Amino acid sequence: MSKTHVKMTINGDEVEALAEPRTLLIHFLREELGLTGPHIGCDTSHCGACTIDLDGKSVKSCTIFVAQAQNAEITTIEGIAHPDGTLHALQEAFRQHHGLQCGFCTPGMITRAYRLLQENPNPTEEEIRYGISGNLCRCTGYQNIVKAIQVAAEELSVKEAAQ
Amino acid sequence: MIPGSFDYHRPSTIDEAIGLLASHVGDALILAGGHSLIPMMKLRMATPEHLIDIQDIYDLSAISIGANQIDIGATVTQAQLIHSEELADCCPILRETSLQIADPQIRNLGTIGGNVANGDPGNDMPAIMQLLDADYVLQGPDGTRTVKARAYYEAAYFTARSENEILTSIRFTKPAAGHGSSYHKQKRKIGDYATAAAAVMLEVSNGSCTSASIAMTNLADTPLWAEAAANALIGSALDADAIAAAVAAARAITNPASDGRGPAEYRTHLAGIMVKRAIETAHARAG
Repeated sequence: MSKTHVKMTINGDEVEALAEPRTLLIHFLREELGLTGPHIGCDTSHCGACTIDLDGKSVKSCTIFVAQAQNAEITTIEGIAHPDGTLHALQEAFRQHHGLQCGFCTPGMITRAYRLLQENPNPTEEEIRYGISGNLCRCTGYQNIVKAIQVAAEELSVKEAAQ
Repeated sequence: MIPGSFDYHRPSTIDEAIGLLASHVGDALILAGGHSLIPMMKLRMATPEHLIDIQDIYDLSAISIGANQIDIGATVTQAQLIHSEELADCCPILRETSLQIADPQIRNLGTIGGNVANGDPGNDMPAIMQLLDADYVLQGPDGTRTVKARAYYEAAYFTARSENEILTSIRFTKPAAGHGSSYHKQKRKIGDYATAAAAVMLEVSNGSCTSASIAMTNLADTPLWAEAAANALIGSALDADAIAAAVAAARAITNPASDGRGPAEYRTHLAGIMVKRAIETAHARAG
């Protein structure tokens, strides 16, 4: 079985590699590129810990082959903070409002919420809960995750209004 | 979990895809969104030697709504179905159903073609296509043929599609303006398959039901089109007696498995409740 030449943009950097087509995108990100932010939780596309942003959509990177992502534009949790290292409003809000306990689901939660707030900048609590329904957290009971996303949404719209 | 090795093909035309399938018949599978196939490959329940990724075949990715007919390409995602305002206006049950499938990330990749083609009895769209009396368009080396959704499913994972054919689109008559429809799905949690689910579409004129269709999901090893149940509604005022007759007829054709979603008796009971609620909701929406 021959290897495939893959090329994609990840967190703003162009990446080229030879990979077996059967390589799952999550394994490529974590093992080839050392991007260990996206996690492998259930490995069955239920838990959302492996969520990344692919061509402007949230997807579960455990259920996509690297070859399918040819020429894609990808953002992982490593690409969410600002280039100067300061935290994104979502990251800051999760920190301030205890939106995590063990932290395992957090990269997927924040990456999903990042896209959710672009699709819907002012979501209701119900829209947030439905929007993150593909991400499981076994610690928090979701309350503080929802609160953190609400706070980040407010922060981001205040910033936008100021610009 | 690591899937078995395969050669990856990414054709840009349907003819090229059919050619690839023909030259590896029995060893090749079609990959669209991958959200049924990749989990099966990770479990090594599917071990194709060749995967033919059809995402670049532009012709398969469109929703076209004509005066009388709706055509949906096989690689249209659940998210596309949800976001099409035009489709939601003329056939709202598709958005209603897609919103009850899996979760946002999966709906971004999972396609309608994959949902209907593989014959998984847990999938929701097959019952909807039986409800709508849709035709599946199958293309192979010998040309194109259509198979009715109501005749496509033979048993779990066994369908009328030959190994050398690709399901390229779904066609159905545009539902009449003023119809009412509803899909009621009972599930244990977001992302789960139905414990029991029922779809209803009907028309009402002067208080009387003039047409009806009913279909059910995950209550047998194929989707179920409940013809007798629908006939129990036609000509009635959708009163309690008519609904009870439809519920009894629908329950009579179920044959669910006893599994983690509950014993068979419970799931049949729930099927009746889903049918009743779907009739009532569709009725309220008609007109």
